Amino acid sequence: MYSKDGENYFIVDAHVALWDARPENQRNIQGKQFIDCFYDYHRNLGPDEEHWSYEEFLYQGGERLMKDLFVDGYVDHAIFQPAYLGAFYKNGFAQVEEAYGLAAANPDKLTYNHCYDPRQGEAGLDRLRADHEKMKFKGVKLYTAEWHGDSRGYKLSDPWSYRYFEECRKLGIKNIHIHKGPTVRPLDRDAFDVADVDHAASDFNDLNFVVEHVGLPRLEDFCWIATQEPNVHGGLAVAVPFMHTRPRYFAQIIGELIYWIGEDRIQFSSDYAIWSPRWLIERFVDFQIPEDMTEYAPLTVNQKKKILGLNAAKMYDIPVPAELQLPGADETATGPRQPERADLAGAA
Amino acid sequence: MTAALTDRTVRDVAVTAEEVRRALGAVLDPELDEPITDLGFVRSVEISGSLAGAVATVHLRLPTSFCSPNFAYLMASDSKDVISALPGVAKVVVELDDHHDSPLINAGLAADAGYRGTFRHEADDSLEELRWTFRRKAHTAAMERCLTELLRADPTLPEENVGTVRLGDLPAGRTKAALVRRRMALGLPTEPAAVVLVDHDGRPYPPDEVPMALRRARSTRISIDGNAHFCRGLLRTRYAGSGADQTDRPEGAEPADHHHVLPFTVKEIHP
Repeated sequence: MYSKDGENYFIVDAHVALWDARPENQRNIQGKQFIDCFYDYHRNLGPDEEHWSYEEFLYQGGERLMKDLFVDGYVDHAIFQPAYLGAFYKNGFAQVEEAYGLAAANPDKLTYNHCYDPRQGEAGLDRLRADHEKMKFKGVKLYTAEWHGDSRGYKLSDPWSYRYFEECRKLGIKNIHIHKGPTVRPLDRDAFDVADVDHAASDFNDLNFVVEHVGLPRLEDFCWIATQEPNVHGGLAVAVPFMHTRPRYFAQIIGELIYWIGEDRIQFSSDYAIWSPRWLIERFVDFQIPEDMTEYAPLTVNQKKKILGLNAAKMYDIPVPAELQLPGADETATGPRQPERADLAGAA
Repeated sequence: MTAALTDRTVRDVAVTAEEVRRALGAVLDPELDEPITDLGFVRSVEISGSLAGAVATVHLRLPTSFCSPNFAYLMASDSKDVISALPGVAKVVVELDDHHDSPLINAGLAADAGYRGTFRHEADDSLEELRWTFRRKAHTAAMERCLTELLRADPTLPEENVGTVRLGDLPAGRTKAALVRRRMALGLPTEPAAVVLVDHDGRPYPPDEVPMALRRARSTRISIDGNAHFCRGLLRTRYAGSGADQTDRPEGAEPADHHHVLPFTVKEIHP
C-alpha cells in the first residue's frame, strides 16, 4: 500500500516479469538485441538515479524481485506476464517455472499468468490444458511477434488463435493480455495495428482483453477499438514512465484513455524489471495534467486509486480492504466517457 | 593514368557526400512522417571514386534492433533509390546496421531483390498500402494541429464549428504549410475554399460528427508526436552522440527538450 496526503492507495502491479537474459541463456544475436532494446528503454525513460547496471538488468532472481516490488515498491499484489521468446533464449526469456514457484509460495502477493503460442496447434492445446491443470492460472500473456519457425508473428483473428480462445473459455482463463510486436505476416501491413483485437474481443465477449502498452505505438487505434468494446482494457506498461521524461505526452495519453475507455479499464504496470514500481507509484500519485491542457479534466484521487490497483484487483478477484474499495464509475460501457469534461472549447 | 588525372576525373563526375545527404533528405520515415536525415538515422555517407563514376556507401541506424522490419526496409530501399538517381553515381551500397533483420534486408538491397524478393514468404504484395496508411495518419495529425491551434486561440469557438473552417481561414505558418503538404500527398484540394476537417477521401463531416472526428484526429496527432520523440530519444540512448545529427521537432516538444526552437505554450490562451 502507498499512502500520501492522508490517502491510501491499494497497489496492483499488473505486468511484471522474472527474466533471464544473461549471455549463457541467449540463443543468438536476437537474444542480445532484445534485452539491449529493453535496457535502452530503461535508460531512456527512467530517471538517472533509478538506472541499473547492465549486469543487474540481465537477471534479477526471485529474491530481488520480492524486495523491489513488495519491500521497497509499495506493491500489494503483482501479476506475472511471461514472454517466452524461445527463439531468442535457450531456456526462454521469462523464467516460467521460477515465476510459478514464487507465486505458489506467495499466493497473497503474486498471481502467475501463463503464455502460449497458437501456432503450436493441437499439441499446444494439450500442453495448455496440462499446464492449466497444474498451475490454475486465470490469465495469459500473448506476444504476437514471438518467432516460431518460419513465422515471426500471428494475429488474434487467426483460426488457431480462436481455437485457443475457445479453450481458454472452457478452462476458465478469462483474462487475455496482449502485446503487439513489430513482425507479423504479411509484412505488407502495419504489425502494430490492433484491429485483430477488435475481432477477438467481439467474438469472445466473455473474455477480458487487456492490451498492454495501451497499444503504443498505436494509441489512436487502441482507443478507437477499445471505446467500442466493453471488454477491452488498457495496460499502462511502458506508458507510465513517460511521466518522467515526457510528462506532457503522458498527460495526453492518460487524458485520451480516460476519455475513450474511462477510469475503470486502465491498469497500472511497472513492467518490472524494465522499471521498478517505487518511483513510478510515487510520481503517478503526484502527477497532474498540466493546467494549459484544458482539453482534459484534472485526474482525481479516485481515478488514480482505480488505475493504481483497484481495476486490476477487480479483474483478478484480488481481495481489497473494504475501506479502500471504490464503486465503478457511472459511465457508458462504450463510446466517449464524460465528454463534457474533455471539451477544449467548453473549458473556456 | 596518373593519380592527378584520376582525382580530377572523379571530382568532375562524382557527387559529394553533402549532395548524397541532401538527397536522403527526401526519404521519409513513413511511420513518423519525417526525413530520415532529421531523425539522425543516417549514420555515415562515404564516397569513393572509380572511373565509371562514384560509389556511394551509406549506413543507416535505427532506434532499436526491433523497429518494424517493413518500415526499416522502406527507408533503406528508398535511400538506395534516391541516391541511384543522382547523376555521376555508378554504384550505391546502402546498409542497415544493428537491426534484427540487417542480414536479410542488406542482402535484399545488394541484390535489388525488391520487397517480395527480400522477405519472401513474409511478403504478399507490396508496401504501398502501408505507406498510404501512414500518409493518411500524417494528414489527420496535421489537420488536428491546425484546428486545435484555432480552438486555443479562440476559446469562444465551439468545437462543433470547426467542421466548416476552410483552408483560407487558417493563419499562415508552419502548421498550415504542413497540412497543405499532407493534403497534396493525398491528392486533396488545397485551395482556400477547401474545408479543413475532412476524411481521407476529402469528405467533410456532418456537424454532429465533428467533435468525434476531431477527437479521433487528436489521438492520432498525440500518437505520432509521441512516437517521433520517443524514437529520437531512443536513438540518442543507443548511439552516443547521435543527437548532434537530429533536427528539433517542435510538435510535441516538452520543456525538457531545451533545444526546441518554436514556442509551444504561448499560443495556449486562457480566459
